[in-house]
Amino acid sequence: MAHQSNYKPNSGFEKWMDERLPIIRLGYDSFVDFPSPKNLNYWWTFGAILAIFLVLQIVTGVVLAMHYTPHVDLAFNSVEHIRRDVNWGRYIQSAHANGASFFFFAVYVHIFRGLYYGSYKAPREVLWILGCTIFLLMMATAFMGYVLPWGQMSFWAATVITNFFSAIPVVGDSIKTLLVGGFAVDNPTLNRFFSLHYLLPFMLVGIVALHIWALHVPGNGNPTGVEVKSKADTVPFHPYLTMKDLFAVLVIMIPFAWFVFFAPDILGHPDNYIPANPLVTPPHIVPEWYFLPFYAILRAIDFNVGPIDSKLGGVIMMFGSIVVWFFVPWLDRSKVRSGAFRPMFRWFYWVWVISFIGLTYLGAQPAEGVYLFFAKLCTAYYFLYFLVILPFLPNIETTKPLPASISESVLAKSAPKAAE
Amino acid sequence: MTLATQSNSEPNRRDFLYFATGAVGAVGAAAVAWPLVDQMNPDASTLALASIELDISSIEVGQSVTVKWRGKPVFVRRRTQSEIEEAKAVPLSDLKDPASDAERVKEGHEEWLVMIGVCTHLGCIPVGEAGDYNGWFCPCHGSHYDTAGRIRKGPAPENLIVPDYEFTSDTVIKIG
Repeated sequence: MAHQSNYKPNSGFEKWMDERLPIIRLGYDSFVDFPSPKNLNYWWTFGAILAIFLVLQIVTGVVLAMHYTPHVDLAFNSVEHIRRDVNWGRYIQSAHANGASFFFFAVYVHIFRGLYYGSYKAPREVLWILGCTIFLLMMATAFMGYVLPWGQMSFWAATVITNFFSAIPVVGDSIKTLLVGGFAVDNPTLNRFFSLHYLLPFMLVGIVALHIWALHVPGNGNPTGVEVKSKADTVPFHPYLTMKDLFAVLVIMIPFAWFVFFAPDILGHPDNYIPANPLVTPPHIVPEWYFLPFYAILRAIDFNVGPIDSKLGGVIMMFGSIVVWFFVPWLDRSKVRSGAFRPMFRWFYWVWVISFIGLTYLGAQPAEGVYLFFAKLCTAYYFLYFLVILPFLPNIETTKPLPASISESVLAKSAPKAAE
Repeated sequence: MTLATQSNSEPNRRDFLYFATGAVGAVGAAAVAWPLVDQMNPDASTLALASIELDISSIEVGQSVTVKWRGKPVFVRRRTQSEIEEAKAVPLSDLKDPASDAERVKEGHEEWLVMIGVCTHLGCIPVGEAGDYNGWFCPCHGSHYDTAGRIRKGPAPENLIVPDYEFTSDTVIKIG
């Protein structure tokens, strides 16, 4: 870790261990003594919330796998068996299914926090890229998990999403056949998705460890975007941020409990309670809510551009909408890190957030008429924000003066109150 | 340390062993990786279901049947005279994926339209006798196909695919 280690082994065992595997030192330096900016707001608690939800998904998932059967004839009934017969199964299944939604909600807040406060800027580019990779892996994991209950939505989601790859020129169909293991989505597809759905979360844990490592080298950013300059700018991670994070986790557990216990299926789709039927497509297929913005972008491209047909174009734009995140550290040319000191950026940022939420809404609507028009508009702004506004806004924007340090900014805020 | 200080411009026996070992290791890794990837391709039992036969004698004019072939639906439609004329009347310049009606059917059996019932956009199953062109309509993303299964409107890039099939007699077709 980047900061000076202040760990002092106390007991004989700790001294013995420290000379062999200094893992207690690592834990102490990373999660007890770690100097954290003292002005972190609640938007910074979502990292801990995400860690908790990743653990929750793995624990509930491992338990569910003890009762689930990955076979086309048995999968649907085995999920119903979990919900009806297995001890506590209805809550464990509900916690896993709704846990995915909360995981994505938290990750969107976490990403949007990063975009507002410029968390991706030097020296945190690798940290940001690891985060984008985590998001992609989360999407793959969630998609394959959604296929496992083998309902109508599961089956047709698997069909539509594996068909994205058939849009690739020349080798697309071979790749698609390789992925599904047949001419159409069938038992081999379900089997491999189960295997990968079990594997990927552990890969996520590995990348999350790298993400935290990359965070602990430069240390946390903070709402001012001014780097930590002295010890006076920081507080130790424990107890200040362990308790703040824990409080945030407990608060988010309240709506989570409501979903798990009182509305387990409210985020699901009724069609997924019809067993998969390869010969009938449901009249209106939609992905889970957390994929809707990208689904809206996919469908917004209904026109050919030169040699690129609408199908390939839609797939390129959909993947491109996430790929562009990887380049944000270099696309945003502003010297000022935090959006709090960028008066023009803030407007463009919030319009981008609104357009993203708009795409979420539009992804659930039929792809026609006025919905399609607004989906195209929001898609255009989505890319305009990253490719034009972030690089060129600094040319015309006058930023506000930055505080000399985190301490000064904290004192300036509390000074008028103290004078009263 | 002694190795680093020895500078020898001529490749020696040690260099040869170094590269040969590396090359064998790389080829070996690739040779092991390929089976691990290729196992994901369709297995023998999936490939064994490659062709089916269908008796079409009981299908009336204007009726469609759907059969499952390689895990996908195949539409077999006995078209009405007006549908055939409608399909023939379309100029090729109006088509996104140009194909004449004759290319969509077997010669002498133009009543019969046999197609894989999978939308060429993202793989959903289109609904029959629907859409703006009285053919098929895909509910997923709104692609419209005409009475010859040709794409007319919407995001799908190609016509519904005609599989390899043949009339083994006047009333039996073999698909695949």
